[in-house]
Amino acid sequence: MSTSPNSGAPYDRLIQGLAADLKPVRPLPPPLKRALIWLGFVLAAGLILSLIADLSLVGRRLMATPDMWFAMIGSILTAILAAIAAFKLSMPDSSRAWAWLPIPSAVLWVAASGLGCLRGFVLPETYVAPLSETMECLAIILALSVPFSVLMFAMLREAFPLLPGLTAAIAGLAVAAASATLLNLFHPFDAAAVDLLVHAFAVALVIVVSRIIGARTFAKTNFAQQA
Amino acid sequence: MAIAEQHKPNADDMRRSAWMAAAQAGDRTAYETLLRDCVPLIRSVARRQGVAADYVDDVVQEVLLTVHRARQTYDPSRSFNAWLRVIAERRAIDLLRQTGRRGTREVHAPVAFENYADASTDPASGLDRADDAGTIGQALAALPARQREAVQYLVIEEQSLAEAAASTRRSKGSLKVNLHRALKALRGANEREG
Repeated sequence: MSTSPNSGAPYDRLIQGLAADLKPVRPLPPPLKRALIWLGFVLAAGLILSLIADLSLVGRRLMATPDMWFAMIGSILTAILAAIAAFKLSMPDSSRAWAWLPIPSAVLWVAASGLGCLRGFVLPETYVAPLSETMECLAIILALSVPFSVLMFAMLREAFPLLPGLTAAIAGLAVAAASATLLNLFHPFDAAAVDLLVHAFAVALVIVVSRIIGARTFAKTNFAQQA
Repeated sequence: MAIAEQHKPNADDMRRSAWMAAAQAGDRTAYETLLRDCVPLIRSVARRQGVAADYVDDVVQEVLLTVHRARQTYDPSRSFNAWLRVIAERRAIDLLRQTGRRGTREVHAPVAFENYADASTDPASGLDRADDAGTIGQALAALPARQREAVQYLVIEEQSLAEAAASTRRSKGSLKVNLHRALKALRGANEREG
């Protein structure tokens, strides 16, 4: 492309202003590396929480109900893939196709959890959590989501997402999946219908709140909002 | 994601990548050259996206601001043109959405506009406005230089905070504070006159 010396003439004042405002910046690390940092924080939180959790109970539960492995693998994969997708989407030149990355694992997570619920109907002796324990699950998911969200959005803010709503929603999915994964440490029973509904509500709430927070966090990236 | 151009960097692309890398390190001359050099590419992307000629300048301005705010996200080992092109496309789509929304709310009816009698119009209002303008002019002249400067750039010239900050070499915060004080002083002067 040919470059005319006057190409930017009508924008002279703006270009001079931006150049005057220029400060050195360090190029951001690749999205994958930033996602790994966030996942490292989640892993560290998981290790700390495992110190106070009854791991033998968790182990017995997983041995007794092997299909729960699928739900757990689904939520772990969703957390990892959604985190990678969110950091990819936070780059201004990323493709929105990245949003599809965590969807298959999210389907596995939801389907396997639903299977656990169905098994509750098939086996009448399955322990059904009372409402108080179910509410405890809701509280744990929401409580874990706060630090995970704070770190996630602080890191995403360093980039400049031009798809802010989508980025925030996928970030919310990563946060919800990570919180639901760690919930397994304190949730030594199968997901009955009410329990599953509460989990779904908690996950949906985290995603919706993340979407709203994201819209505010990334408001600077909106068209005509940059000044 | 993958853009064909990314794999075949041409001389233009490599030159711009080098300028951007220098800009990331704080080289203002390279940055100014780069931004000027980007304008034709941004204009061509905007036009190809279907942006009307009278809105292309808005897209260019937004893209230049986006490049400035997002410069830390550019990876110098990748194609600059591909990076810029995606940003320009996104900004063009944002503008099309915005103008599309406005189009559904507003009707272009110049004859109706011309024939509409403004109920608030009063033959004496022209004289009142002239008086007001004189009063405001005096009050403006009486403002301290920094406050006057904030009013000049942000209100009279309708510059954005970023542009005004660049024009005056003052921080956005300082401009906001001075504008706030100036408006307060002008309101006070107006009330005293009234």
